[in-house]
Amino acid sequence: MADKNGFFDLSKTTLSRRTALKGIAAGAGLALAPGFVRYSQAQSSAPIRIGFQSHRTGIGAAYGRWYEKTSAAAVKAINDAGGIGGRKVELVIEDDGTDPARGAEVVNKFAKQHKTDIVFGTLFSHVVIGSAPAAGENKIPYFVVSEGHHVASTKLNRYVFQPGITDVKSQIQSMAPWIAANAGKKVTQIFPDFAFGYDHRDYLPPALKAQGGEVIAQIAIPPTESSFTKYFPQIPAETEVIYHVMVGPAVLTFVKELGEFYGSQRPQLFGFIDSLEAVDINSPGLEFLDGSHFWEGSPRYAQPDDSAAQKAYRAAVGIDDNGAAVGDAKDVSTAAHMFGCWETLYVVKKAMEDAGYKGPEDRAKLVEATEALKEFAEGPEHPQGPKTFNGKIHQCFGIQNISKVEGGKLKVVHKTKIEDGLYEPEGDYTTQAL
Amino acid sequence: MRDASPARTYALHIGVIALLFALNFILPDYHQSLFARIMALAVFAMGYNLLFGYVGLLSLGHAMFFSAGLYGAGLTVYHLGWGVPEAFVAGIACGALLALVIGLLALRTSGVAFMIVTMMFAQVFYLLILYFAAWTGGDQGLVIQQASRVVSIGAASFDLTDPTVRYVAALALFSVVLLITLAVVRSRFGRVLVAIRENEERTRMLGYDTVANKLAAVVASGAICAASGAAYALLFGYVGSNFASIQYSILPLLWVLLGGAATTLGPLVGTLFMYYVTDITSGFTSAYLLIVGVALILLVLFAPKGIMGSIRERWLGWLP
Repeated sequence: MADKNGFFDLSKTTLSRRTALKGIAAGAGLALAPGFVRYSQAQSSAPIRIGFQSHRTGIGAAYGRWYEKTSAAAVKAINDAGGIGGRKVELVIEDDGTDPARGAEVVNKFAKQHKTDIVFGTLFSHVVIGSAPAAGENKIPYFVVSEGHHVASTKLNRYVFQPGITDVKSQIQSMAPWIAANAGKKVTQIFPDFAFGYDHRDYLPPALKAQGGEVIAQIAIPPTESSFTKYFPQIPAETEVIYHVMVGPAVLTFVKELGEFYGSQRPQLFGFIDSLEAVDINSPGLEFLDGSHFWEGSPRYAQPDDSAAQKAYRAAVGIDDNGAAVGDAKDVSTAAHMFGCWETLYVVKKAMEDAGYKGPEDRAKLVEATEALKEFAEGPEHPQGPKTFNGKIHQCFGIQNISKVEGGKLKVVHKTKIEDGLYEPEGDYTTQAL
Repeated sequence: MRDASPARTYALHIGVIALLFALNFILPDYHQSLFARIMALAVFAMGYNLLFGYVGLLSLGHAMFFSAGLYGAGLTVYHLGWGVPEAFVAGIACGALLALVIGLLALRTSGVAFMIVTMMFAQVFYLLILYFAAWTGGDQGLVIQQASRVVSIGAASFDLTDPTVRYVAALALFSVVLLITLAVVRSRFGRVLVAIRENEERTRMLGYDTVANKLAAVVASGAICAASGAAYALLFGYVGSNFASIQYSILPLLWVLLGGAATTLGPLVGTLFMYYVTDITSGFTSAYLLIVGVALILLVLFAPKGIMGSIRERWLGWLP
């Protein structure tokens, strides 16, 4: 097809070469001016710029939106209280499309173009793992809120930290004592046949065995599966507990079909809320979950014994007593995970202030100051609960919640101890060069 | 193929390489790193273009060749501790071997069936990566540590994590593949491939073994795509299954269509264009894929032969 309308024919425009050059020069001047002004300011008064690698699009978008809301609320709270070391904090947001290749480019962009002080906020494990090399090469501290075991595995690099949310290995290990004591000792696991499922496949059996329980069957469901009934006959009849960690849109079908398979005579059900983050627990088809139990990092529903810090945090982020956005009951939050953004930003504040952080030239000091942190007390900065931090593996450890679905709400019935989730370190980042 | 003056053609291509080399010293840091990635992925597009543009075989499974190189190089470094050069060669060998096997099977079909068969094989390859997660890292992938990404030649060592070394390494690969592609399309073999695209029956009637030529093109295309994948693993330090997903089979098709199928420089132009449209528009809106889509529709409407294809059609008829 020819260009009949002259769409690309620049010769038909009335723009002269001189006018165009003037325009380009003016535009370039304007584009450069803000940077020049910023450079001319004393660095001590310039804001601390935090690059937020957000899952705005792609599979992580529901999480990304709530991670942004929580981070914005934390930054506002920090700024209202005087900022970090007297400097205001500014979030610079880039969408990574929940894609590891784009994630690495975004980290590069933060380090080299936006020149942010740190990078922060990534959730999905494959994006964290894909972006970690870029953080290490740019020597820019990278604070993730992912719950993956990748940071603590010490397979990434010295610039990657996870100080605001516990990792999945610790979470699974913490669940085992309660499951064995309260739900049953013979457990069948149903999990998606990819890495998230493998964490549960690999870490639960030894943890349960230590509590006198046993995983009697493991059923891996291919990620492309959309119907699950054919897998249910594989569940041994003597199963006392079904431990399920299905994720994604398939979870509604999974629960519905499981309900149809068992009717009212079902084993105990235990799941990870990851399956149902941002999903209303009262959605049609989820009735079968009534009476079952879930892991929650931080409770979605307000609890009668919520601390003042927890109440203040929920108000600041803008979630109601049901864990949905204030003013929009259908906009359910990702409460079990997003608190990690709030807490991570306060860890960054503490580490920067400890390091006497002035600018990117102090990034190595910031790494060392973060590694030197030992514990975070429960309070406004850490509303989910107290935590310890292992500077060698760059990972925090904290309490976990076990909640029961009762009357269409999740009620916390047990809180684990920090010690329940501790394990032997698998390496030591501090031996790596900065 | 109307070029009577090869000097002009070679001058243009060497000029592009020289320009890219000069950009290494001019570009701001971020764009230098982005260009390194674009050049590595443009090699993927060039490999795809060899089969799609010159032979007319539309594959929807080239992600498997890219990821064969990615994993061939990445896993040998990660599990066997191989050096960068050996791992790079292993990556290319994996891609070439896979392309030979897939070519022998898939070339029994043509047209839509070829698209479907290649897509299904790629899906099998993707699921195999997930299935062998204990070795491949599954959907999360693996990190190739910085210490493993150093090339030692004699007393000199080159750290591929250094931005300039990485840029030059990506440019070297891009240049070699560009010149090889140029030589191939100007060669007798290249002309046979174009003849197959234009009229396979007539080419066979003239005495050419079209199946053998197509198989050679599939293997060459697979090897080039694998070289891109191997380079990606070694230059950027990440090996993950998303590179084997259907998205990475469609991306090189888009890059080639945008830049201009059956043009030697089109793959670079298309990759560059897509990357920068995404990079710039994502700063303004989360609906940047919509803008990319609109840009694609505009190109199909007003420049259906892609950017370089349209330039060749309207102004520079001698462009290869």
